[in-house]
Amino acid sequence: MAYVALSDRGQVISHPHSWITKYVWSQDHKVIAIQYGITAIAVGVLALVLSAMMRLQLGFPDTLSIISPSEYYQYVTMHGMIMVIYLLTALFLGGFGNYLIPLMVGARDMVFPYMNMLSYWVYLVSVIILVASFFVPGGPTGAGWTLYPPQAIMHGTPGADWGIILMLVSLAVFIVAFTMGGLNYVTTVLQARTRGMTMIRLPLSVWGIFTATILGLLAFPALLVSAIMMTLDRLLGTSFFMPAIVSMGEQTSYDGGSPILFQHLFWFFGHPEVYIVALPAFGLVSDLLSTHARKNIFGYRMMVWAIVIIGALSFVVWAHHMYVSGMNPYFGFFFATTTLIIAVPTAIKVYNWVLTLWHGNIHLTVPMLFAIGFIFTFVHGGLTGIFLGNVVVDLPLSDTYFVVGHFHMVMGVSPILVVFGAIYHWYPKMTGRMFNSAMGKWHFWLTFLGTYAIYLPMHYLGFLGVPRRYFAYEGIDFIPESAMALNTQITVAALFVAVVQILFFVNIIWSMFKGPKADPNPWGATTLEWQTAETPPIHGNWGPELPGVYRWAYDYSVPGAEKDFIPQNQPPAPGEKVVI
Amino acid sequence: MLVAIVFMLLVVISVAFHLLSPWWFTPLASNWDTIDLTVDITFWVTGAVFIAVNMFMAYAVIRFRNRGPDSKRALYEPENPRLELWLTIVTAIGVAAMLAPGLVVWNDFINVPEDAWEFEVVGEQWRWTYRLPGEDNKLGTSNSSFVNINNPLGVNPNDPDGQDDLIITSNVVHIPIDKPVKLLLRSKDVLHNFAVAEFRVKMDLVPGLVSYLWLTPTRAGTYVVLCEELCGLGHFTMRGKVVVDTQEDFDAWQAEQVTFAETQAVAKGDAVAGQPLYAVCAACHGQNGEGVVALNSPKLSGQEDWYLERQLYNFKHGIRGTHEDDVYGQQMAPMVAVLADDAAIRNVSAYIGTLPLHVSEQSTSGDVERGRKLYVTCGTCHGMNGEGNYATNSPKLSGQEDWYLRRQLENFKTGVRGSHPDDLFGPQMGSMARMLRSDKDMDDVIAYINTFPQVVTDKVAQVNLERGQ
Repeated sequence: MAYVALSDRGQVISHPHSWITKYVWSQDHKVIAIQYGITAIAVGVLALVLSAMMRLQLGFPDTLSIISPSEYYQYVTMHGMIMVIYLLTALFLGGFGNYLIPLMVGARDMVFPYMNMLSYWVYLVSVIILVASFFVPGGPTGAGWTLYPPQAIMHGTPGADWGIILMLVSLAVFIVAFTMGGLNYVTTVLQARTRGMTMIRLPLSVWGIFTATILGLLAFPALLVSAIMMTLDRLLGTSFFMPAIVSMGEQTSYDGGSPILFQHLFWFFGHPEVYIVALPAFGLVSDLLSTHARKNIFGYRMMVWAIVIIGALSFVVWAHHMYVSGMNPYFGFFFATTTLIIAVPTAIKVYNWVLTLWHGNIHLTVPMLFAIGFIFTFVHGGLTGIFLGNVVVDLPLSDTYFVVGHFHMVMGVSPILVVFGAIYHWYPKMTGRMFNSAMGKWHFWLTFLGTYAIYLPMHYLGFLGVPRRYFAYEGIDFIPESAMALNTQITVAALFVAVVQILFFVNIIWSMFKGPKADPNPWGATTLEWQTAETPPIHGNWGPELPGVYRWAYDYSVPGAEKDFIPQNQPPAPGEKVVI
Repeated sequence: MLVAIVFMLLVVISVAFHLLSPWWFTPLASNWDTIDLTVDITFWVTGAVFIAVNMFMAYAVIRFRNRGPDSKRALYEPENPRLELWLTIVTAIGVAAMLAPGLVVWNDFINVPEDAWEFEVVGEQWRWTYRLPGEDNKLGTSNSSFVNINNPLGVNPNDPDGQDDLIITSNVVHIPIDKPVKLLLRSKDVLHNFAVAEFRVKMDLVPGLVSYLWLTPTRAGTYVVLCEELCGLGHFTMRGKVVVDTQEDFDAWQAEQVTFAETQAVAKGDAVAGQPLYAVCAACHGQNGEGVVALNSPKLSGQEDWYLERQLYNFKHGIRGTHEDDVYGQQMAPMVAVLADDAAIRNVSAYIGTLPLHVSEQSTSGDVERGRKLYVTCGTCHGMNGEGNYATNSPKLSGQEDWYLRRQLENFKTGVRGSHPDDLFGPQMGSMARMLRSDKDMDDVIAYINTFPQVVTDKVAQVNLERGQ
């Protein structure tokens, strides 16, 4: 089989000779992962600050707000785009994917290290282009993160001169970066697994990242072509997405295009994008739960199948974002059905997570707190998704704060809790030091409770009918004063949550220098990355010989075994029959 | 342990929040109680799952938490196919229980009753307009290429079916109660979304095609129409009203509306006839409409006539200048009384259009550079050089005296101007003016407006010309 041949070839690794090639133009997947991580988190902090500005406007429209309507829409747009693409996608795949795939499959590096390096630098260029749009005349685009034409490129939208062009170019560049990284991750998983590491022995983290990457490779091209087509509409006057319209009293030369075509292309990318973020989170959280509950993940095979089925179904549900878009309403039947079908494998994942806890030996470590916190918020966000997926229930709730509450719960809070949990979990391996556990617990509690105080009430504003993407709400009869008070409370909670993230940064930076030396395998985990000779692992990851794999990733608390975990590279004891 | 207790508490709090929340659907005013029912079904099913899963998880954490080195080892149980199959089946049944009623109601929503009365909603940045089918109960064809200042909805002037269509350029529309209505949704420029919370249903307006929704209003009253698809800077100010009337009230209202043919036949303003009428105005605003600061009378020359007409109409009908704090506005009421009808208003506005442009003096000082940044929002409607734009109902600002601009900004901010219920576009300006939070903000933005060239721009000239033809 191909992967055996490649991994046994004793790949020649040319080690870097200078500081620059070691830490800047590095081809080491671990360094690239940290570069990706730091860049994504940095731009994520910018998006967090933007959301604080928006919340000040919404919570204190007459006193503390300092932004204009133009800036409000620009911040809404940039906040959404940065969080979804430049933070979450980049962090899960470029960050965790890069760090974990080679280590978990027992490879020395990604199969194309040079392209891997390029991927990061091209990603950095896309971030720079994005941030540059704050400094061009007219500022960044305020078209909303969905960038719907005709509005996105017309005069009445902030940033229609330069901002939108930079946004589209930045997206195109990001997709180039993602493709270089993504091909690498897929090829590495398929071709560079070590001896004995069959696909069905892969840890769920790898399965989640691997499937998400395939989704990305199939979905991002739809965004790429729509970005190119819209750029042409804007710059050359083509009419891909532009029907004949009258803009601000002036006839335009556009004719014959379809704004709904853009929406189909956008969501053909946009819905798989949800799972590009969610599947890695599913995978990582499965490994966190299993390790810290000292119990095998419940129903491993089912979990793998659920990831694959969710990934496949995610390509046939996109138009549930478009129930009220004016598309042919008969599509509603199809997309409501497919969308609710996807709830079944998703529910199975949730059952299996909680069943993993059942009869476990649960250690409530910091990563574990984030992992079970994730289950809570994901259940909440997943269930509200059923409202929006069921076409007719979506009618009153679409475009209201219910949607904002839903997607922040399922796609904001839940994956971010996993990100934090995973960073704490692998921190000892990445840095060789332990973080401060007490500070980590405070970080969890304040973040978890704070975010619930933000997003639970938002759903009720949505039932009331409070529309999203409004700069101000005065003069709307059906919105009572009490709802505005609720808005103020949400803002206070949001600012609080934003501020407590300082705990996280202080903890990881301080611990990097002052934290106690970490045990190479502090959690007693079975997967290969914890079995490296050095911590942190050196370039090339393993010693002279690659580890061999003899069992699945979840041999926790095996009856009769000496310890409560058996690493994947430990050969079976005489007479032992491995499960998978 | 703590985490499990907190989870249980959060479940209890969430349920309590739901039961005690004063924030729930606004009272229904349409036939779509079936939609509320599907929401309720979804709520009960998902609510049960929410409670069950989280309570189970919390219990598992309490019961199986590690209690130190002597803790029992976890159970080794890789799979349990029977349990997994059983859970899959139960979940599938729950999902089907939510989906099936949803699809039935959706089928009702997309199939419009044959006897539904049709009318058209037209969206544009940032206002609502409407077209009713008129006596023949048939809407004429329309096309964006027909749109101009005299034909804002782009009705085909050569289509006989369109001649009796009623053109409602106000953002308020009336519909009869207890009768199914089908709303044909059309946009002139970008995506919009017609949403009335009390009706439950909503749909996007898409340029290039006609979308629809239908409902039977069941409760008389006035309801806010909101745009719920981001449509640019003024999105949050794109509001309208729909009034559900008894059949008689609706008929009376409909009888007052003008047909398309009538809008095309309106005589244009006659400057010659307007000249004698201007004598009253001249006493305060000056012979050449140059404005007199001492009398608190703004400059009129160079302003667009559609704007003058609307303001005169508003003064005459008590929509402007009736707020108790609007001391100077109140002075206009007795003055406009001399203008007997709409024709007189058009004539005097036309005459003002012929007055020579007066270059006004500037008195306020502010930070021009800061004002330029603030003005980005203003310029979206009023034009980047303050030239004004009839399509956004935004008057010309360039050349207007700064003391007047300052007073009007304050009036809009405080609701002295623009808060009358019949003022169609004043509330939009109020929402926008509130972004200028301090006196300095206003001074700076006006300082920037002062830098605009004080000329009659080509666009104003052209619009005045089109209107005069």
